[in-house]
Amino acid sequence: MDETISIVLFSGTDDKLQSASVLTAGAAALGRPVKILLQYWALESFRADRITADHGLVPEAGPAGKAALDAAAKAGQAHWTETLRMAKELGEVDIQACSASMELLGLKHSDLDPIVDGVEGVAAFYVNAGEGQILFI
Amino acid sequence: MDIKLKVDASGLSCPGPILKATLGMRTLEAGDLMEVLATDPGSVKDFAAWAASTGNALVEQDSANGKFRFVLRHK
Repeated sequence: MDETISIVLFSGTDDKLQSASVLTAGAAALGRPVKILLQYWALESFRADRITADHGLVPEAGPAGKAALDAAAKAGQAHWTETLRMAKELGEVDIQACSASMELLGLKHSDLDPIVDGVEGVAAFYVNAGEGQILFI
Repeated sequence: MDIKLKVDASGLSCPGPILKATLGMRTLEAGDLMEVLATDPGSVKDFAAWAASTGNALVEQDSANGKFRFVLRHK
């Protein structure tokens, strides 16, 4: 069985990125390699100049959801970037930017936070995913 | 019981306790024991799964008043 988990990050809101970082860190703690492909609005959220900015929440969060997440952050819950950095420290986590999304958004590799390892296309993503599971968030 | 390392992951939500345990285990050697304290209710199933998957043994666990304690042996 191929233990690699491949995750496509499409959405750029903080709640979805938090969810993805938790899934990534958990896999890393179990020793499973994780390959992440950043597309569209998720890629936008990894820009070096705004990675820790407020990226909002999905619509169903509503005001009550926002209050709950704000309270968790105030209580010391790690920001998703910290969880992701810890996951990279713990295990084999590779983060790639989708080349088509880079072009669409007019970004260069140097515009992205250093947590992003490189730029690749969808064929490389599938080949690296092998027979492992692929998640789309 | 000779505990080599104590890790307090109280107050951390998932996956905090597992992450701290993984980092702690890195500093130990085969046969060493590590104690982890946690308050995350998910940690009971998480540590059982983590131990089974990583090969480190869960040799003791108990809970009281919403606090969980795990003792793990480095493989």
